[in-house]
Amino acid sequence: MPRLHSAAELEELRAGILSGRDPEKPCIAVCAGAACHGLDSGTVVSAFEEQVRKLGLGAKVDIRATGCHGFCEKGPNVVISPGEICYFEVKPEDVPDIVAHTVKGEVLDRLLYTRPDTGQKAVHLDEVPFYKQQTRLLIGDNPRIDPTRIEDYLALGGYAALSKALFEMSPDQVLDEVKKANLRGRGGGGFPAGLKWETAKNAPGEDKYVIVNGHEGEPGAFMDRALFTGNPHKVLEGLIIGAYAIGSHRGFIYTRHDSPQLIKHIEIALAQAEEYGLLGEDILGSGFNLWVELHFDVGIFVSGESSALMRSIEGNPPEPRPKYIRTSVSGIWDKPSNLNNVETWANVPQIISRGAEWYTSIGTERSKGTKLISLSGHVANSGVVEVPMGTPLRTIVYDIGGGVPGGKPAKAVHLGGPMGGSIPERLIDTPLDFDELAKLGAPIGAGGLLVMDDETDMVEVARYLLDFLTNEACGKCVPCREGMRQMLKILTNITKGKGKSGDIGRLEDLSDVTGVACLCALGKTAPDPLRSMLRYFRDEYEARIAGGSDAK
Amino acid sequence: MSEVLLQIDGKAVKAAEGMTVLQAARLAGIAIPTLCDHPKLEPYGVCRICTVEVEVRGRKNYVVSCLYPVAPDLVVRTRSEKVDKIRRVIVEELLAHAPNSPELMNLAQEYGADRDRFEKEPSFCILCGLCVRYCAEIKEKNAVGFIERGARREIRFIPEIAAKECWDCQECFALCPTSAAQAAYFLIEALAFPSARKAASDSA
Repeated sequence: MPRLHSAAELEELRAGILSGRDPEKPCIAVCAGAACHGLDSGTVVSAFEEQVRKLGLGAKVDIRATGCHGFCEKGPNVVISPGEICYFEVKPEDVPDIVAHTVKGEVLDRLLYTRPDTGQKAVHLDEVPFYKQQTRLLIGDNPRIDPTRIEDYLALGGYAALSKALFEMSPDQVLDEVKKANLRGRGGGGFPAGLKWETAKNAPGEDKYVIVNGHEGEPGAFMDRALFTGNPHKVLEGLIIGAYAIGSHRGFIYTRHDSPQLIKHIEIALAQAEEYGLLGEDILGSGFNLWVELHFDVGIFVSGESSALMRSIEGNPPEPRPKYIRTSVSGIWDKPSNLNNVETWANVPQIISRGAEWYTSIGTERSKGTKLISLSGHVANSGVVEVPMGTPLRTIVYDIGGGVPGGKPAKAVHLGGPMGGSIPERLIDTPLDFDELAKLGAPIGAGGLLVMDDETDMVEVARYLLDFLTNEACGKCVPCREGMRQMLKILTNITKGKGKSGDIGRLEDLSDVTGVACLCALGKTAPDPLRSMLRYFRDEYEARIAGGSDAK
Repeated sequence: MSEVLLQIDGKAVKAAEGMTVLQAARLAGIAIPTLCDHPKLEPYGVCRICTVEVEVRGRKNYVVSCLYPVAPDLVVRTRSEKVDKIRRVIVEELLAHAPNSPELMNLAQEYGADRDRFEKEPSFCILCGLCVRYCAEIKEKNAVGFIERGARREIRFIPEIAAKECWDCQECFALCPTSAAQAAYFLIEALAFPSARKAASDSA
C-alpha cells in the first residue's frame, strides 16, 4: 500500500475498500476480547474458518475475529451481520449449525438470548436487554472491526475526522470544538480535556508531548482494554487530532506490559497508520508530523498516576513527583505533556466529525457524551457497557445488568475502583454524572461499577481495596504509606473479630490526614472507599467492632 | 530576582521569587518542622510534616512548604487545627516504627501525639530518604537506595558499592533520625563483606 498524500487519496482508498465489499454478504464476527478469549473463543474462530474452508463457502460468508462485543457474561459472543444477529455461549460444536443457518439466511434459535423472566428470545443485538438501553458510540464498532486490519476501520469512516481536522480546521478550531464539547477526562478526574490541551498548547517550549494513558491497573476495570484492543485506530486517530491541536510532534502510548493481545493490536495499528501515511512525517500530505512510541509499565498501579507515568516513560521509577506544577506545563523531561486516558482520546474523532453541538446533546448539563462502564460483581449480566451520561444507575444495574443473580436484593454499588466509593441501594436512582456521584462520595472514576448483594461484608470490601493499594502505591510519602498501613491493620483486625473501641476514631483520623496530606492523587483518594463506608454503612462497622468475631 | 511579598502567620514577609514557603518562613524566623528536609539536598516532599495551610484567592489548600513556591499575596498559616492534626497523625504513624526517636518524641510533645495510638511495627526506618539522597546527590555513590514499594518500601545498602565506598564515609549515619541507616549498613556488612572489618581491625 503506497502512502496517502491527501484527503482525496484517503477517500479514494475508502471508496475502493467499500466497493470491494458486499454489504449483503454475511459476516460472522467472533468476539476475541479478553473474557471471550479466556473462554476459548480462539477455538471457535478456528472452527469457523475450518468449516468455511471445508465447505468451500469462502465466497458466501466472511469470518472475523474482533475485539470485545460487551456482553462478557454470555461469551463467547458471535454477531452476524447484516442484521446483527447475536449468538451467545457459542462452542466449537455449534459452528456447523451456525454456518449452515447463516448461508441460508436463517436464524439458529437455540443460541439466541432468552430472557430469564419471560422466556422470550432476542434475535438482533438491539433486542437483547443488555444492549437495548445502551448508546454504543465508542464500543459499538467493535463487532465490525478486525483490530488488526486498518481497512475495517477505514470502511467505517475511520480517519475522516483526522482528515477534516488537518485540512478544514486550524489547530485552534480543533481545540475550540473540544472545549465546546466539554469533553471531560474519562480516566478518573473528570477534568475538562480542552482546558488541559489549552494549557499544554500555551505552555512555553517547542517540544510537547501527547500521551495515551492506557494503564488501567485497577481491579474491576476492563473498559479501556476492551476499547483499545478492539479498536486501536480510534484511539490513535484521537491522539493525532489532539497532537495537531496542541502542536505536538511526539506521542507516547503507555500501557500494560502484561496484555499481549492489546500490545499486538497497538503495534500493528501503529505500523499500519505509518505505512498509510496517517502517522509519522507529513501526515496525509498536510505537513503535520507526529511520531508515536509504545511504552510499557513495570507492573505497579501507581504508574497510571500522571507524573509517575511520565517518570516511567523517562526511564525512572514510576514515583509521583511532589512538585506543584502541572504535567501539562512540565511533564516528560520537564516539557509540556498532555496526558489523557484511552476513552477520552477515543471520544475526539466523533467530536470533530459530528461537532460539539451534537456531542453536547448527549448527557447531562455538566457531563457530556457517553461513558464506558465495566459492570461486574453480583450482577447477572457482567460486561462492558456504554450509556449516555445521566443514565440512572438503576438502568445500568437492573435493566442492562439484569440485577443480582437469583433475584436477591442489592446492598450497594461501588464506583470508581480502589479510590472510589460505595453507595447504598437506596441511592440507585442517582444519574451517572461526574459531579452528582462525586457529591455522594462515589465518583465515576475510570468507570468500574461493582454490584454487591445483601450478604456483602462492607468491612471486607474496604479492607480488600486498601490491601490492593498498600501494595500498588510507591510508598514514598508518609500519609499514604503509613496511613494505609494502619487503616489496613485496623480493618484486618475488625474482620477477624478483634476490633477495639476507638477504631472508628482512628480510621477517621487516618483517612482525614491521608486524604489531604499525600503528595499524589492516589494517596489523597485512597481512603475514599473507607470514607464512603463510614458514611453509609457505619452501623455495620460499629456492630462488627462491638460484637467481635460473631457479628457480621 | 524580583521580590515577592506574602503573609505568613499574619506577618508580612519579603521573599525572593523562586523561594519555597519553607525558605521564606525561615528567613522571617518562623519555624516549620521538617523531617526529610536537608540544607544540602534537593527538596523531597515526602514526610509531609511541613504541611501548611495556604490561601489563594479565598481557596484554602494544604501543601508542603518545602516545595510550594512563594507567590505575591499568598496567605500562609503554619499552625491551624487542621495543620496540627496532620502533623500529629503523621508523628503517630511514624512512632509506630521508631517509638524512641528523640526527634519524633519532640514533635510528639509539640503536637500532642500519642506514641501508642497505632499498632507498632518497629522497623525504625521512617523512609525520610536522607541517607539515600545524601549518598546520591552529595557523594554521588548510590551505595544505599530504596527497594520494594508501597508498605514494603525499605532502604538497602548495595553490597558491591557499600563494600568499596562506605568504609571511610558513613556520613549518612549522622543524618539518620532513628539510627536505622547504621543498622542497615552493618547488616549488609555482616552479610556480604564481614572480612573487611576484620582485616581493618587486624591491621590496626
